[in-house]
Amino acid sequence: MHTLIQNLIAWGVFGKNPPRDLVAAIVVFVMSLIVFLVVALPFGGIVTWVERRVWARIQSRVGPNRVGPQGFLQWLADGIKIICKEDIIPDEADSRLFKLAPYLVMLAFILPWAVMPFSSSLILADLNVGILYMTAVTALTVVGVLMAGWASNNKWSLIGGVRSAAQIVSYEIPAGLSIFPVVLMTGTLSMQGIIRGQGWAPQHWFLFANPFTFVAANILYMSSLAEANRTPFDLPEAESELVAGFATEYSGWRYACFSMAEWGNLFIVGAIITTLFLGGWQFPHVTNNVVAMNVLEVITFTVKVLFLVFVSMWIRATLPRVRIDQLTTACWKYFVPISFVNMIGTAVWVAIWPDGNVAIGYIMFAGAIVFGAVFIQRVIYYLRRSRMEVYLNPTI
Amino acid sequence: MSTLRTEEMTLNMGPQHPSTHGVLRFVVRADGEVMREAIPDVGYLHRSIEKIAEKVGYRGFMPYTDRVDYVCAMFTNQGWGMACEKLAGIEVPKRGEYCRVIAAEFNRIASHLLSVGAMAMDIGAMTPFAHVIREREMINDLIEELCGARLTFNYMRIGGVAWDLPPGWREKALKYLDHFDPILEEYNALISWNKIYVERLANVGVITPAEAINYNLVGPNLRACGIKWDIRKDIPYSVYPEFEFEVPVGNGQWGKLGDSMDRYVVRIREMAESSKILRQALQKIPPGAVLAKVVRNFKPPAGECQIRVESGRGDMGWYLVSDGTGYPWRVHVRTGSFAAMGIIQKLSAGLMIADLVTLIASLDVIAPEIDR
Repeated sequence: MHTLIQNLIAWGVFGKNPPRDLVAAIVVFVMSLIVFLVVALPFGGIVTWVERRVWARIQSRVGPNRVGPQGFLQWLADGIKIICKEDIIPDEADSRLFKLAPYLVMLAFILPWAVMPFSSSLILADLNVGILYMTAVTALTVVGVLMAGWASNNKWSLIGGVRSAAQIVSYEIPAGLSIFPVVLMTGTLSMQGIIRGQGWAPQHWFLFANPFTFVAANILYMSSLAEANRTPFDLPEAESELVAGFATEYSGWRYACFSMAEWGNLFIVGAIITTLFLGGWQFPHVTNNVVAMNVLEVITFTVKVLFLVFVSMWIRATLPRVRIDQLTTACWKYFVPISFVNMIGTAVWVAIWPDGNVAIGYIMFAGAIVFGAVFIQRVIYYLRRSRMEVYLNPTI
Repeated sequence: MSTLRTEEMTLNMGPQHPSTHGVLRFVVRADGEVMREAIPDVGYLHRSIEKIAEKVGYRGFMPYTDRVDYVCAMFTNQGWGMACEKLAGIEVPKRGEYCRVIAAEFNRIASHLLSVGAMAMDIGAMTPFAHVIREREMINDLIEELCGARLTFNYMRIGGVAWDLPPGWREKALKYLDHFDPILEEYNALISWNKIYVERLANVGVITPAEAINYNLVGPNLRACGIKWDIRKDIPYSVYPEFEFEVPVGNGQWGKLGDSMDRYVVRIREMAESSKILRQALQKIPPGAVLAKVVRNFKPPAGECQIRVESGRGDMGWYLVSDGTGYPWRVHVRTGSFAAMGIIQKLSAGLMIADLVTLIASLDVIAPEIDR
């Protein structure tokens, strides 16, 4: 953001010798609005459409394809419909808390965008504790969810809220511990600092830096899914058990807040993983034009994040839900100890090779490529085997 | 110092609840996530079908039998037809019996598909349900071609079936079976051996063989406890003795004998067996009439009879008392789901709330069949 403001002033966008503080304030305000209104909110809507289409493909259905080209405007239609609905507040509910809860969840969704590193100069605030801030504000969700569950005065909602509290608070620990290896390697908590510690090539990503970070990345991804209430950890809103969990009593705009935050959090989850382990916006230096470079970086970052979003949709379409005792067992008996091992292992690693070991990076990247190839080969094998006229309809 | 006081929570699950498969209601006494007890409350779908039989007569009752269990209506059709035939001493033509078996076995596959798909959905996996619905649609198309209906078939008549197989139907059915067998494997690869899925089902709701017999369980629920009891084999009816097929039983491979996973796997394996029966039936089907000559004003002699059919949910009993007039004096249906509901209260103690959903799904309870 600093460089952006300096560049803008240097280019004379605000005239000669403008008051620097005012310009900075205006730029930050406008950029916040753009990020919030053009990126964050529509993303929460558009991703619902994407998810429905992806699901439909996986389930050999068509999905929404009527509103707009390929049904793209479905999210707008749904949004308008849901805003037009009556906002019902049950008589027996604690109406103040009931009204407040969706906004807390929404806040937890909006605040992380402040440190979202879209490119080398596009970041609203490059805090020196960026990643810590990110985990801190996303944990605010649990307050809203628990509040919603309690204030609804509905037992199903309460179970949903308590489940969510147990889940998010538990999974904060392995998620937090999985960030440490990266912090140990870079020595900074700033988002941009972490990204600058990596290179554009996959072997320079922290994902392949050493075996411990690879495991940490996977644990962080799973824990983040749990924190975002995604399958296989979607217990707080397990619809076959708890109807809609903590959101059962909500309707209209308040319900939309919950669902938008839920889907929007996918981007945040993807952004955290991308920043920490997948090299963030790093792109090979192909041009000296700052604007072009930034555009390329934004695209790189977004593609990586969207890939992770797609993976989580894929997981949601494939896996069943775990039970609450299995969920906590997985967290406390497996994820937390493994995270500690990762942390200590990385510390030892950094002590031995303070500048990293590129050979390991190449080996692990090669391993990942082999794994991917085997995976694709298996998929092709299954596709071949089930080629038996899948869409055969005996009556046609 | 006073100790912390905890309270039991009484939850009302249903009759409007996404995973109660219709309108069931459970009163759940729970300590947090752990259930103390789940008391089933039945009767929300009671339509007095048995009483209707006494008013509409023998032939007029056939469409009503579809509504006893609309997921596998062929068996209720067949049960009613067989009861009337036994009372009046009517011999069904061979081709008619074959048509009945073919339609019924297709219906069994459709019913089990729905059961295993709904089970996966109750556990949170959405894709398997969409896939089984896709397969079930094709069976529905086949049956629609056979009798014009997709859910409440009204295909069978007293003395046989209403219509012969349409031209070309046999080949289509065989083609479908060629398609179906690999699909079953694909389905298993998709969900059945999934680690999370097995963990959710194994050791949940374990029924011992003695309990199963004491609680009167039938069908796949009974066979999952390791008891080989299938009406098609043990009290043969129709033309089932002419076919070779296995009766799959549970073996406790994934957990304890008689757990939810056993019930699930038994259903999967029964579909493969049904497919075998269908292949044989479609190969062996003899020519001839499909409907015996039955007088228009059907009046069986006074007396009573009891018929047992192996439906998708197990041993379905039809008890019919006639007083010699054109209307039955008393009809009673004994269904598998009602018996299965009885054991839920016993099994539920100590389970999690999430497991109650698994348990209901694994017992394959169909609401209309409980209440009739």
